[in-house]
Order: sequence, then structure tokens, then C-alpha cells
Amino acid sequence: MSSLLSTPNSGMHPIGEISRRTKVRDRRWVDAAFRWFCVATALLSVLILVVLLVSILIQGYARLSWHFLQHYPEPEPRWAGIGPALWGTVWVCCVCGLFALPIGVATAIFLEEFPPQRWWTRKLHNFIQLNISNLAGVPSVVYGILGLTLFVSLAHLAGTPNQPAWEIGVRYYDQFWSLGDRAILVPITDPNAPPTLAQAGMQAQDYDGHPVAVTIVPSRREAADSPEMLQYTLIEGRVAGRITKSSWYHLRLPLGRSVLAAALTLMLVILPIVIIASQEALRGVPSSLREAGLGVGATPWQVVRHVTLPAAIPGIMTGSILAMSRAIGEAAPILIMAGAVFISTSPSSLVDEVTVMPLQIYDWASRPQAEFHELAATGILVLLAVLLLFNSLAVYIRQRTQKPLT
Amino acid sequence: MVTPEPVFDKPIQTGPFRSLRGTYFRESIVKSLLVLCGSLSIFTTLAIVVVLFFEASQFFRAGTVTCPQCRHAARSTLETAGQEIPCTECGHNLQMPAHISLWGFLTGTEWNPLIGKEQDKRFGVWALISGTLMVSFVAMLFALPLGLITAIYLSEYAHPKTRMILKPSLEVLAGIPTVVFGFFALTVITPTLQLPFFSWFLGEFNTYNALSAGIAVGILCLPIVSSLVEDALQAVPRSLREGAYGLGATKFDVSIKVVVPAALSGIISAFLLAVSRTVGETMIVALAAGSRPHLTLDPRDDTQTMTGWMVQMALGDVSNFDLAYLSMYAVAAVLFVMTLALTYVGNVVRWRFREVYQ
Repeated sequence: MSSLLSTPNSGMHPIGEISRRTKVRDRRWVDAAFRWFCVATALLSVLILVVLLVSILIQGYARLSWHFLQHYPEPEPRWAGIGPALWGTVWVCCVCGLFALPIGVATAIFLEEFPPQRWWTRKLHNFIQLNISNLAGVPSVVYGILGLTLFVSLAHLAGTPNQPAWEIGVRYYDQFWSLGDRAILVPITDPNAPPTLAQAGMQAQDYDGHPVAVTIVPSRREAADSPEMLQYTLIEGRVAGRITKSSWYHLRLPLGRSVLAAALTLMLVILPIVIIASQEALRGVPSSLREAGLGVGATPWQVVRHVTLPAAIPGIMTGSILAMSRAIGEAAPILIMAGAVFISTSPSSLVDEVTVMPLQIYDWASRPQAEFHELAATGILVLLAVLLLFNSLAVYIRQRTQKPLT
Repeated sequence: MVTPEPVFDKPIQTGPFRSLRGTYFRESIVKSLLVLCGSLSIFTTLAIVVVLFFEASQFFRAGTVTCPQCRHAARSTLETAGQEIPCTECGHNLQMPAHISLWGFLTGTEWNPLIGKEQDKRFGVWALISGTLMVSFVAMLFALPLGLITAIYLSEYAHPKTRMILKPSLEVLAGIPTVVFGFFALTVITPTLQLPFFSWFLGEFNTYNALSAGIAVGILCLPIVSSLVEDALQAVPRSLREGAYGLGATKFDVSIKVVVPAALSGIISAFLLAVSRTVGETMIVALAAGSRPHLTLDPRDDTQTMTGWMVQMALGDVSNFDLAYLSMYAVAAVLFVMTLALTYVGNVVRWRFREVYQ
């Protein structure tokens, strides 16, 4: 002990030496150098953003036109457009939002506003919270695999997308082409039945559903010569082609590679984001408001419905819109789920096949030709414009609805 | 003296009270609906685990063949794969499938399930894991230092005006879809790396290479790292900084020697969360990293990650449920376990090793 005291700096800690050696000027110099290093590093991220946006703008702006927004993705790059993918994104994101936002906000309300009373409800709360934070870290491809197994094919438990176990809102027809080049339809009740053969006495109708009388002739030579007659004349034994007419409420199980399957998969992806953002927003509401509500005799749900939720709406909206913009840009789960199929029409019902903008961009970007890369850049411009629109909406809502609560 | 008239000589409400039974009923209905919504997250986790591990077990079961006569299960080995082998019990000739085993899957370094002959198929997931790790390593090499220094700058140095520019641009960067970064890697980063200036001291780059994919993933992670680390730095109380300033420390001393060590658990957990994000990143590697799974340490070469393999399988003809397609589930299970472990360790680091200040 005494030896330590007599030689304070000869031991393990040469602190005094360092502080004597590093002059104040040196430390100032290090500080200034580090500051400039920080500025340079931080500006690098701004630079990257600028390079990214400018490079995409340069590659893509030339093809930006109304034609591009409306037309379908033809194999010929000059005429290709992003129409079906744009509408697909609108469909998928609307349906996804309809599912994800109520469920997410409800989960957040359950976790924040209904504190557990007994030991097992406390366990349930903690378990749900743990699950949510784990699900937030699960990569989106895994959700894609889940959607592929669960929604697209119903885990191979019942039916296939082509032969669904349950179906509503679709009618099957067998279609003949008459000798006068007119479509003659025969309604079919069992979609798995073999195609009908043209024979006398079958229930035929025209394309608009009006019943028509059909003449069946054994061969072309025996048909009448008048064009009006030929329009409703079929040759005996002709095989029909199966067509479907689906209504807007067409629905089936399993869902197949459809709008609904894609939307449900995306819902699983963004649900943790919505929940966590809504929880933050609800936590931000001062508890004095809740206590006042409970004090005048409101039930917990009445407090949530009339006090907490209205107060937390700006935060919930902002978080939800951020989650929705994640859904708009998410490609991996839909790619796993739907594959890259060529789709030339916008969806018209929940079980129609769908492509979304990020998927179309991936499809173009993965081709080697430079023309398709330009198309991808133009698609990215459209996608970024949609995202910008969405996010400015978030900012607008935040500015409009935010009011001090305390 | 006049006695004041008693106010409460008759009840305020004369009629019968409104029954609260309806209110309580509605309350219980609402609450059970909320519980239902809340338990969806449990079902999701359960569904992921069940689907991944059930289908992965289907994949591993594909390595055995059951004798149609005596129900004896014969496991195909590297030597017998693709050949006709008599059953050890009854001598019935069995057509052996490709060699798949859990051990071979988890330790093998060769991955070529798309080869025609059964005896040449190899399922060693390390060929894919190595691709994932290399892309993640490059991404972290890019994102961690940049993100950390950006966060230190934002938290300790930045003037509010600089912050006004920097913070929104990082937020915009964080909001850009990943497919855009993939396109950026393919059309900007790779051609830049192929310029004579870089190839002079880095060598020739393949059109698809791990480095450009890694840099793009790093750019993607930069805002995540910087915002998480900034949160951790902001959580360090002012008194610590003021104490250090009082001892004559410069801003550099305060940031590097006081604030960063105090926030270390948060910083490490942010890094782990960022790593788990890079491991699961899909679109960038699918576009820019190539599709040749092989064990390599050369970032100039093309490679395939686990997510890249899944995308390749999803893009192929999905109708045939063959081995390669089933292997997608086994790879996804590995990916899921990896990211779950990273998230878990990140949370443990954040809560267990947190420095608590008053």
C-alpha cells in the first residue's frame, strides 16, 4: 500500500502520463477532425439518396406517359405499360388495409387499454407482446411461404385452386362456335363434368343470357344457306370449350394466387408494424384523460371509444400509413406467393390473379435487355410517386388532427 | 326560525334505473373480439412454425424410400442414391431417391438440387448460408460504421438546421422499397465497380456479384442502424454528458468515451436487429447477387443466398412438388430460426445489459 502511494504512476494505470502528454490543443484538434468526419459521413447518406433518385430519374423519365400508366406489360418494350400492376397494387393494398388496420388497432387497444387482471391474463398479454416483437423480425419471404401454403393452397387440405372445395359467384358455360361464327353457351352445373357435345335438345343461350333455339345438323353440307339460320346452327358432336363468367363477388376456397391471398399475406407482414405504432400512439395519451372518463362512470370500452381512441387517432393514422407504404413497396412475399406470371388485365374480383407494381418492376429489372431496365426505372418512378402521395397524406393528416392534449 | 327545506327529501330520479345489463353485455362482446384480434399474432407464429417444420420434415422424409412389400424404410446414402438396391429385409428392388439427411443438410457445403441425375443432387445448406453471410458481412461493413457515426453526429453534434436536412433524407431512404435498391445495385453499383478504376485494384467483377448486393443491402440498413442507435444514444441521461463536460472533456471525448459506452447495449442490439434484417433481405439479392450457390469467400463472384434460392423456386414451375421445391421450406426454416435467434439475442442484450441511470 505504501509503495503504491509513493509511486502513483509506475503501476498499471498511466492515466496521469496520458493526460500530461495529450495537450488541450491536440484534443481540440481531434474533436474538430472528428466533427468534420461526422459531417462527411452523414452527408454521404444524403449523397446516396440523391444519386439513387437521379439515376432512376435519368433512366426512367423518357418513357413516362399516360400510355405507360394505362397499358398492359406487353413483351414489346416500346408499348409496354404498368396498368394491371398499378390497379393490382390498389386492389391488394385496399383489401390489405381493410384487414390489417382494424385488427392491428384492436390488438393494440387490447394490449394497452385492457390491463390484465389475473395472473393468466397477464401471461397472455406478455405472450402476445413477445409474439408481436418476434413477428416484427420475421423476414417477409417467410410470410410469403406461409401465404403460399396457407392461403393459396389451403395447406393441400381441401381442393386445389383449379378445382376449389367451395366456390360462389361464378357460372360455368360450355361455349360452341356456330357455323355463322356466333358464340352459343350452354350453362354447366358441375364444373368437373366432361365437355358437352353438340346434340339436339340442349339448353342453349346467347352471350347475353337469352335462350336461343339451336339447329343441329349432322354435317356442314346439310345446313341451311341463310346467314340468319347459320348463326344458330351447330354440327352434331362438336366439342365445346369451358368458359367462366364471374361476378364481382366471386370467392373460392382455396384462394389461389389471387388478390385476397396476396392481401392476407401482406396483412401478416404489416400487422406487427400497425400494432406497435398504434400501441405507441395509445401510450402517448395522458392517463388523466382515461381516469376522468372512468371517474364519470364510463366503462373501459366507452373510455376507449370516446376518449382514448379519438385522442390517439393522429398517431395511429401516421403509423398505419407508414405500414401501408411498406405494403405498397413489399415485393418478396407476393413474389413467393404468386410467382412471376404474365397478367394483362386488372383484377375484377377478389380471387382474380394479380400482379403488383414491385413485382412488375422486378420482372423487368431481372431481364438482361437495357430497354426493360428503362421500363423498370419508369415503373420505379410511378411507384415512388404513389409512395410520395401516400406519405404526404400522412404528413397532412398529422398536421390537421394534431392538437395538444395536456 | 325557518328550517331550510331539505333538498334530498325525494330522489332525483323517480323512474326505474336503466338496466346496465346491456352495457355489460356489449362490454364483454367487445372484449372478446379484442382478445380474438390479439390472439391472431399467436396463431400466426404457430402457423409459421407448423407450416415450415411440417413441410421441411416432408423434405427430409423424401430421402427415404419405403419397401412396398415389407414396409421397411431404407434411407438413401451418397453411394446408393439414384440406384436400384435390393431391400435388406425382403430383397425387393428399390429405386433410391437422392441423398437427403438432416445432418448432411446442416453440414453440407454443396447445393445442386436442379441436376437431372438423382445421384448428383446435393443438399448442403452451407452453400446458401455462406452466400447470405457474405452479403450480410459486406452490408454490415458498410452500414455499421456509417450508421453509428451518422447517429453520433445526429445525436451529439448536429445543428438543428442540419438535422432538418439529414433526418428526413434518412427517413426517405428508409421508405424506399427494396426492389428499388436491387435495381440500383444492378444498374448503378455493379457498373461502377466494373469501371477500370476499381477493377485496377479490386479485380474483375461479375455482372452479378455479392459486393454490389451487399452494398445495396447496407444502404438499406443504414437508416435502420442510425435511427436505432440514435434512440439508444438519446436515452443516455444529460447528467452524464454534463459531468464529462464539467471535467473538461471535448465533444469527441463525451461522445466516444462517455455516451457510446453508456449506450453500448442499445447499440449492439441495434446491430443485431440490422443483421437479422440483412439475413432476410430478398429482392436485392434476387436481382443483384446471381443464382449460383457455391461456397466462396470472393465477393466479386456471383453467389446465391437462402432468400435467393426461395425466389428461384417460387419463380419456377410450382406445380411439380419435387425435391427442389420442398427444399425451399427447409431453407426457409433455417432462415426463420436464424432471424429469430438474432432478434432474441438482440432483445436480451438490450434488456439484460442495459445500463440503468437515474
